[in-house]
Amino acid sequence: MQTDLLQEARRQAEICNACRYCEGYCSVFPALHQERFFTDANLTQLANLCHNCRGCYHACQYTAPHEFDLNLPKALAEVRQDSWQSFSWPAPVAERFQKSGVMIALVTILGFAAMFLALSAFKPSDGAGFYAALSHAAMVAIFLPAFLVPLFSIAIGLCRYWSATEGKPIKLAHILEAFGSAGKMKNLAGGHGDGCNFEDEDRFSHARRYAHQAVMYGFLLCFASTSVATLMHYVFNMPAPYPLLSLPKLLGVPGGILMVIGTVWLMKLKIAADKHLGAERAWTGEMAFILLLFLVALTGLLLYLLGNTAAMPAMLAIHLGSVLSFFLLTPYTKMAHGFYRLAALIRDAQRKDIS
Amino acid sequence: MTKTYDIAVIGGGNAALCAAITAAEQGAHVLILETAPKAYRGGNSRHTRNFRCMHGAPLGPLIESYGEDEYFDDLIKVTGGKTDEHLARLAIRTSEECLPWMEERGVRFQPSLSGTLSLARTNAFFMGGGKPLVNAYYRTAEKLGVDVHYEANVTHLELDGDQIAFVDYTYNGVTHHIEPRAIVVASGGFQADTDWLTRAWGPAADNFLIRGTPYNRGVVLADLLEQGVNSVGDPTQCHAVAIDGRAPKFDGGIVTRLDCVPFSIVVNKNAERIYDEGENVWPKRYAIWGRLVANQPDQVGYVIIDAKSLNLFMPSVFPPIKANSLAELADKMGLPAAKLQDTVAEFNAACGDTSAFHPTELDGVATSGLTPPKTNWARPITEPPFYGYSLKTGVTFTYLGLKVDENAQCSTANGPIKNLWAAGETMAGSILGQGYLAGFGMTIGTVFGRIAGKEAAAYAN
Repeated sequence: MQTDLLQEARRQAEICNACRYCEGYCSVFPALHQERFFTDANLTQLANLCHNCRGCYHACQYTAPHEFDLNLPKALAEVRQDSWQSFSWPAPVAERFQKSGVMIALVTILGFAAMFLALSAFKPSDGAGFYAALSHAAMVAIFLPAFLVPLFSIAIGLCRYWSATEGKPIKLAHILEAFGSAGKMKNLAGGHGDGCNFEDEDRFSHARRYAHQAVMYGFLLCFASTSVATLMHYVFNMPAPYPLLSLPKLLGVPGGILMVIGTVWLMKLKIAADKHLGAERAWTGEMAFILLLFLVALTGLLLYLLGNTAAMPAMLAIHLGSVLSFFLLTPYTKMAHGFYRLAALIRDAQRKDIS
Repeated sequence: MTKTYDIAVIGGGNAALCAAITAAEQGAHVLILETAPKAYRGGNSRHTRNFRCMHGAPLGPLIESYGEDEYFDDLIKVTGGKTDEHLARLAIRTSEECLPWMEERGVRFQPSLSGTLSLARTNAFFMGGGKPLVNAYYRTAEKLGVDVHYEANVTHLELDGDQIAFVDYTYNGVTHHIEPRAIVVASGGFQADTDWLTRAWGPAADNFLIRGTPYNRGVVLADLLEQGVNSVGDPTQCHAVAIDGRAPKFDGGIVTRLDCVPFSIVVNKNAERIYDEGENVWPKRYAIWGRLVANQPDQVGYVIIDAKSLNLFMPSVFPPIKANSLAELADKMGLPAAKLQDTVAEFNAACGDTSAFHPTELDGVATSGLTPPKTNWARPITEPPFYGYSLKTGVTFTYLGLKVDENAQCSTANGPIKNLWAAGETMAGSILGQGYLAGFGMTIGTVFGRIAGKEAAAYAN
C-alpha cells in the first residue's frame, strides 16, 4: 500500500484523536479513539469502516483554509481505494479498472460482443423462451466460471484484508452485528438519525442511504431470483420461462425496478456531491460501475418485456453481456466494497467485543 | 441599492444566530453582518462542544438532575463571587428551556464524549461539536429569510443621544450605510487584536496564542466604548490556559490542550520548576497554568515526563519531543542540560513511596522537603525514553465587555440605549467577572441571544 496515503491518514487521525468531537457520528470514531498510535493495520480498518458520509468534514473546525487542513473522508477514501487495489488478485487487473470508467466500458462492450458471438455460434435447434436463442448448457458453460472465478478472487482479497487488519477468529455474533449494520446502513444515518452530508454541503439527508439500499436490496432480490430459478431448474425440473406469478419473477421484477431507481438516484447524487471529499481518481470508475449496474437491471427488465418479440435475441445478448462483465469485474470495481465493508464491520464488532 | 432591514445583528456565532432566529420568527427582517469568511463563520462557537444546562429531570442527553442552586454554586466557585447574581440566575434558569428550543432549530446532541464523563450530568454535548450547531442555525436562519453577509466589516455604530442612528460597514469592497431600527451586537471580545491585548496586559501578551477565532478583534466593542456605552469587566484581564507551545497563533482550538501536567514536572526556560504540578485534578488547574506560564521568562514552560506516564492522558495534536536521556531532551528543547538534570534529580530525591499512585484521583503521593512541592502524583522521572512538551499561554476570551441589563439592553451613563442590545462573549463580562465554567459561554450566548432577538424584534415591530 502507498505509504504517502497512509501517512496523510495517520496525520489526520492523530488530530481527530486529540479532538474527539465527532465521536457520535459513525463507527469510525469510537474505533479511532481507542488507539493512541496508528499502525497501517489500524488505518486500513478505519478506512474500510468509513462510509464517506462526510458528517465529520462539515463538523470539522480544522478543514482548509485552516493550516491543519483536515479532510478525513478524502484521506480515508484514498487509503480505502488503495487497500482494495493492493488486496485484489490478480493485482495488475485491479489497478486498471478501479480508476478507469473507460476500461469498464470496454469490458462491457466486449461482453456484448462475446454474447452476440455465442448466440450466433451456439444457436440451438430447439428450446423454449431464451433457450431458443442460447441453449441452457451454453449459458451455464459461460456463466459458471464467470461467477466462480471472481468469487475466488474476492476470497483471496478478503483473506489478505483480514490478515492486514490483524483480524481474530470470527464469532456468529460479529457477523450478525455486521449484517445488522449493513442491512440498515446505520453508518449513513448519522449518529442522530438525520442522515448524512453528501449532496448539499452541510444539509443532512437520507437520500444516499435510501438510494444505496434500493440498489443493494434490488440486487439481492435479483440474486435471489436467479438462485431460486437455478433450484427450480435442477431440483424441481422446472426450466424457464416462468410466468409472472412465480418466485423468480416475483423476486426479480421488483428487484430490477429497485436497482434501476436506485442507480439513477445514486448517479444523480454523485454528480451533485463534492468530488474533493472522496477519492477523486476513482470517480469515473465508480460512476461507470453504477452505470453498469443500471444497464444490468434495465436490460433485465426490458428482456422480460420484449421476451416474445423479434428483439429478444439481441436484448438477451446485451443483458447477458452486461451481466457477464459485471460478474467478471466484481473484484476490481466498486462492487468489491460490499465485501470489504462487511469484513470491516465484522472486524469492528470484534473490536467492541474484545475491548 | 441596499435593502432596508428591521434589525442588524453584528457577529455570526451562537449568540448572533440565536438573536437573528428569534427576531426573524417574530416577523422581523434581519441582516447578519459576519466579519469572517463563510469557512470561518461562527466565531468561537466553532470551537465549543457543549452547553451547560439546568434540568430538574433527565433531559435529552443529560442524566439525573442539575438544579439552579448547584449550578449557581459551581459558577461562584470559579468566579470567586465576581458575578452578577441576578443575571447569572436568569441565564441558569432559562437554560433548561433552551435545550428543546435548540433541538427544534436543528441542533443535535450526543452522549458525553469519552474522557468527559464528569460532565455527563451538567453539560449537553453537541453532536460533532460547535460547528454543526452553527451550520444548523445558519440553515434555520436562512429558511426564515435572514440575510447573511460574510466578510462584512462593521466600522462604526453612530450613537445619537439614546439610540443608534446608523451602522457603517464594508462588504465586497464597498462601504454601506444602513439605518436598521434595532441593532444586536454579538461580535465577541477583543482577544484577537494583539495590540489591544498588549496594551491591556503588557508586552508579554505578544507571546500569547489565541485559542479561537482570529476575527474577534473588538472593533465594534471599541467603537461603542469610545462613545460612552457602559462597560463591564476588568479591561486588563483575559481568560487563559496553558496549551501546547507549538499551536498555531490563532484557532488551534481543543486539540492543542495538554493534559499531562499532573504527571510531570514543569520548568521554565532556565530549567527551574515553577509551581506545584499536582495541586488538583487537571481540569481545575487548566486556567491557573495559563497565568503561571504567562509570568515566566519568554512566557514559555516545558513539561517533562517519562515513559511510565505517557499513556495516562489524552493525546494532543503534536507528538511529544522524545529522547533517551534527560541531557538529550534538554538539548532538543533548548534547555540548559546540566540544570535540567539537577532539577530532575532534586525532584526525584524528594519523591517518596509511590505505591498509592492513582492517576484519576488526588492520591496524596507527594514530595517532601521540596520547594515548590508536588502534592499529588509525585513519581520520580527515571524511566527512559523521556518526553517533553512546550507550554504557552492560550487566550480563550477577554472579560471587558458591554454592560447589559436583564433585557440584554445596553446603556450609557444617561440610561438605556433604546435600540441596542448585546449578547454572547461581548457581554459575558456582565456575568463572568473572572474564571470560566465549562459550557457556560454557550449558555450565556443562547439565553441572551434569544432575549436580545426578542427585545429587538418587539422594538422594531
